[in-house]
Amino acid sequence: MTERSRPRLNIGAVRSTFAPWTDPTAKPLVRFEKVVKRFDGETAVNGVSLDIYPGEFFALLGPSGCGKTTLMRLLAGFETPDEGRVLLAGEDLAGKRPHERPVNMMFQSYALFPHLSVERNIAFGLKQQGMAKDEIAARVDEMLSLVRLDGLAKRKPHQLSGGQRQRVALARAIAPRPKMLLLDEPLAALDKKLREETQFELMALQQQLGMTFLIVTHDQEEAMVTADRIAVMRAGQIVQMGRPADVYEAPNSRYVADFIGDVNIFEGKAEHADGVTVRMASAESPQGFDIVEDDKIEIGATAWLAVRPEKIQVHLDEPPPGPNRLAGKVADIGYLGDWTTYLVELESGRTIRAARANASRFVDRPVDWDDQVWLTFARDAGVVLTQ
Amino acid sequence: MSARRDRTSLAALAPLLWLGLFFLFPFLLVAKLSLSETTLAMPPYAPRLDWSQGMAGLRAFLAGLDFETYARLTTDRLYIVAYLSSLKFAAVATFILLLIGYPLAYAMARCPPSLRSALLMAMILPFWTSFLIRVYALIGILKPEGLLNVALRAVGLGPVSLLNTDTAIYIGLVYAYLPFMVLPLYAVLERQQHDLLEAAADLGCAPFEAFWRVTFPLSLPGVAAGSLLCFIPMVGEFVIPDLLGGSSTLMLGKTIWTEFFANRDWPAASAVAIVLLFTLVIPIVLYQRQQAKLTELGR
Repeated sequence: MTERSRPRLNIGAVRSTFAPWTDPTAKPLVRFEKVVKRFDGETAVNGVSLDIYPGEFFALLGPSGCGKTTLMRLLAGFETPDEGRVLLAGEDLAGKRPHERPVNMMFQSYALFPHLSVERNIAFGLKQQGMAKDEIAARVDEMLSLVRLDGLAKRKPHQLSGGQRQRVALARAIAPRPKMLLLDEPLAALDKKLREETQFELMALQQQLGMTFLIVTHDQEEAMVTADRIAVMRAGQIVQMGRPADVYEAPNSRYVADFIGDVNIFEGKAEHADGVTVRMASAESPQGFDIVEDDKIEIGATAWLAVRPEKIQVHLDEPPPGPNRLAGKVADIGYLGDWTTYLVELESGRTIRAARANASRFVDRPVDWDDQVWLTFARDAGVVLTQ
Repeated sequence: MSARRDRTSLAALAPLLWLGLFFLFPFLLVAKLSLSETTLAMPPYAPRLDWSQGMAGLRAFLAGLDFETYARLTTDRLYIVAYLSSLKFAAVATFILLLIGYPLAYAMARCPPSLRSALLMAMILPFWTSFLIRVYALIGILKPEGLLNVALRAVGLGPVSLLNTDTAIYIGLVYAYLPFMVLPLYAVLERQQHDLLEAAADLGCAPFEAFWRVTFPLSLPGVAAGSLLCFIPMVGEFVIPDLLGGSSTLMLGKTIWTEFFANRDWPAASAVAIVLLFTLVIPIVLYQRQQAKLTELGR
């Protein structure tokens, strides 16, 4: 076997120097140690270990019932772990009631106090800390302008719109300057446009405050946009953790690849490797697939090749024969404005998803329904998954 | 189209007709009585409208009405004392009801849902027995040789004489009206969102503080509804003070009865009833406003 040498590749289109999790001397703000939580025999959180670093925007992502909310509630103190420890700034939180923990939570329902005005909702935690009256007033004003609610101080929650209520809940949670802000599906109740705006506002706010944010969401886009790191959860366990680009471009399992974004998965067997390229045989493609060499690939074992739709090119003219080539008929076209998604039915009956960015307004030869097309993708477009 | 409109207006008319027949008409009768004066006759009041005289008779009748009886109410200490003592009994009993009813309602609302309906049932169960029988049963408990004293003697205490005292009235009032206090309180407490308490805890409230800063203020509509629901009928309560109270206890309900049946002073009884009614208009309006607010909150 020849020497395996590959150029070091950057994953994703984002470069960020903020990566305390790669620094072995960095001290985590929150540490979950083999935490287990059961409800009536059902295991909601199953041995989760996790470090979150100061200043991080961390996302727990997963479908409903995966244990992400329970994990957050364990940190807030609304649940107590059956096994393991939760530490905050090195201190074991066991035995500390919710009101004794220096973290604040923004509830999915917002849980605004209906009998209190906006300003008194925001002042609630400050009053509890025993802050002086004029200090409270100043902090409330600061919070109101931070979340752009000036002028609404005297309103009651039921007099506000959904978006305004969301911002009151946010202001109320950050007003006491907690060590960490917990956000439980904070944007779930907002409409799409407002949700996108608020995602960027949350990021800006987190930068401005320098506070550590932990967000729980089932919306992969929300997690990808806002978070420095994402932990993808499944059945009470973290299945992958990393920067959004890592999780998207280098998923470690079919589950993660499928949960985050759209993906086409081809089953096959690695046949031989020459140090640079691995040839994979698959029932889906007559010439098989050529993939960039990867340590994970074991010759002869079943593996899965995951290719994202936007990494597949659609051709109306037949390309020269070769690997990474599929032929089929256009079954459906979804025009989204910024993107167009093509559903291409292969001869085997499988439907493959390919996407194209609509970079120019005019297209020479638009693709039509029922057109015969060929799909190709580059050697490094796909990820090989072994589970 | 028009037939349909007729039917709708007819449906709206029915409750009005009912109210007119069974509230407004008797009310006017009582109001007229209160403006009359007593005579030794059958019926024992004057003037009486003589239709045979025509318009002259009506004029003579109207000329005979005056506010003399009301003037008598303000000068006779008996009525003033009865009036104030009724308000006092109702107010104190309402306060005691609140002290007992709130923890009860709170505990019920915090019970597991499976237990709640059973507790609710237990709260309503006494209504299946006649109110009068339950008050008589209280006599059986409170009388000198009653169950309470037997029990007290068994443990070497007592005897206490409770029957025919103000304490007995309070016991009776609190016993009889407890469900009317508990049910509205339970309704608001049960509806309270649990995440509000979590939010309060998250923002630094120990459970006790969270109760006073969140649970209690949010239950105030229930407190008001329960208090008014008890206070209003207790002011005019007759059976309980009559059966459990002493002969010296003065309450408006009893006064009305005495004036009407013992003294045959129908105008005085009517005037007292009218005064009582107008006194209660204020809390009734308050109660209705509270109810309107409650329905608004529920939305």
